Amino acid sequence: MADLNVKLWRGDDNGGELVDYTIEAQEGEVVLDVVHRIQATQAPDLAVRWNCKAGKCGSCSAEINGKPSLMCMTRTSVFEPGETITITPMKTFPIIRDLVTDVSFNFKMLKKVPALKPKAREADGTYRMFQEDIERGQEFRKCIECFLCQNVCHVIRDHEENKTNYAGPRLFIRYADLEMHPLDTNDRLSLLQDKMGLGMCNITKCCTEVCPEHIHITDNAIIPLKERVVGDRYDPLVWLGKKIFRKSKTKVAVTE
Amino acid sequence: MTTTNTNSDNNSITAVEIGKPRGGPNVKTLRKDKWWLQPLFTSIGLGLFVIYGIWAAFRNGNYFAGAMGRNYLSPFYSPCVTHGCQYTTVPIVGSWYNISPAIIILIFPMGFRMSCYYYRKAYYRSFWFSPPACAVSEPHKKYSGESKFPLILNNIHRYFWYAAVVFGVVLTVDAVNAFRFPNNQIGMGLGTVVLVINAVLIWLYTLSCHSCRHLTGGKLNLFSKAPIRLWFWKKVSKINPHHQLFAWLSLIWIAFTDFYVYMVASNMIHDPRFF
Repeated sequence: MADLNVKLWRGDDNGGELVDYTIEAQEGEVVLDVVHRIQATQAPDLAVRWNCKAGKCGSCSAEINGKPSLMCMTRTSVFEPGETITITPMKTFPIIRDLVTDVSFNFKMLKKVPALKPKAREADGTYRMFQEDIERGQEFRKCIECFLCQNVCHVIRDHEENKTNYAGPRLFIRYADLEMHPLDTNDRLSLLQDKMGLGMCNITKCCTEVCPEHIHITDNAIIPLKERVVGDRYDPLVWLGKKIFRKSKTKVAVTE
Repeated sequence: MTTTNTNSDNNSITAVEIGKPRGGPNVKTLRKDKWWLQPLFTSIGLGLFVIYGIWAAFRNGNYFAGAMGRNYLSPFYSPCVTHGCQYTTVPIVGSWYNISPAIIILIFPMGFRMSCYYYRKAYYRSFWFSPPACAVSEPHKKYSGESKFPLILNNIHRYFWYAAVVFGVVLTVDAVNAFRFPNNQIGMGLGTVVLVINAVLIWLYTLSCHSCRHLTGGKLNLFSKAPIRLWFWKKVSKINPHHQLFAWLSLIWIAFTDFYVYMVASNMIHDPRFF
């Protein structure tokens, strides 16, 4: 088979460059296979993070020809013969070395999410949930934490300073999962709007476009959360209804 | 320079560090595909509609085909609420108002579409380049999104949705009226079909709205206690993924409907009658 021309980002926090590699193409390969073969034959010091090679661990996130993707889920056959494949690390996160980035930002933001606080147990000492009440959240729990959605989100990709007060799409689906939970009593809406940057999302849907698990992040998590914030904060009819019918909140607001 | 912001939690575990070096070349994008096509087509499409809309709104004539024996009212002029209308639906505004009635009417559908979650994506990408496409750098130095004025006003979308429901009813009445022909006859012309399709597309766009999805049931956590709302929410959830498609189809068709009525009313074409 013909040769593959690959440009790989090589470098660390002191700088780096795109380095050219040429390697024989093999049928049925994915980009991660090619990177591994380059590592095995030409660049033994190449740093690349990977684990399952099946699109389920979320470790091999990178940017292939500028598109945030999982290397293990991108077939080499999708490229034109002779086309150069450019592989760079995720742009939004600090570089560690070569294709490996420091994604600790996401785990720090995860620690800020107020945990599930279930309501009191029923008289027989159990919790009861119905399928229709919990199935919305099941989509969100497909997340493999590849952080491609966080990486592509322009709010922090193009504006580093926003990282201090923006949770990002991966965390928004976590918030949505908890907010929609039938047993939960925590109210995270003010936290989301005031400190986690829900209002900064301008719903351009790039997170949904890159999600390898095809989670409808924008339609099923972010927009429903925005609508809940509108009901909680900006809708005078809802406010009036609560006053007239003395409908008190069933959830307790939490900050962090 | 690396800085640390503890976000007032004084907890080193959750302190976010910013300003650390990133990897990859410092270029706008490495994408090789034609990422600029979608924002280009979107801006051309929306731009053409705006140009047509301005012409149609200020035309102030030939928006009702009654003189040609057809009960067709342009959706740009419906509900016609001024005394000076060629066909007055509800005479709310007095004869002192002597500019185009479309200007009063169009505030509502325009507000609905401007604050629509799909159109927001479309114009943020196509006109504001924020971002122009995924993984393509935006040109702005600062960004606050919809957290500050004026973009925070997009949160009033659901109020425009309430108005859109009223407009849906009005355009449905217009479509039914299009079956009425002179001498109390019931009939159907090509214009009737055009108006019926217009009403259907407007309803599909209105009911597939994200605010509608929230109001029907999205805000509930216990669907099991509200089976009727769950049923409605499931129906809306089925058409909601096609909201973008309905947004475009209804936009194009409403312009075509206005132009068709204009052509019939100004005797540019003869509207064929089927029965």
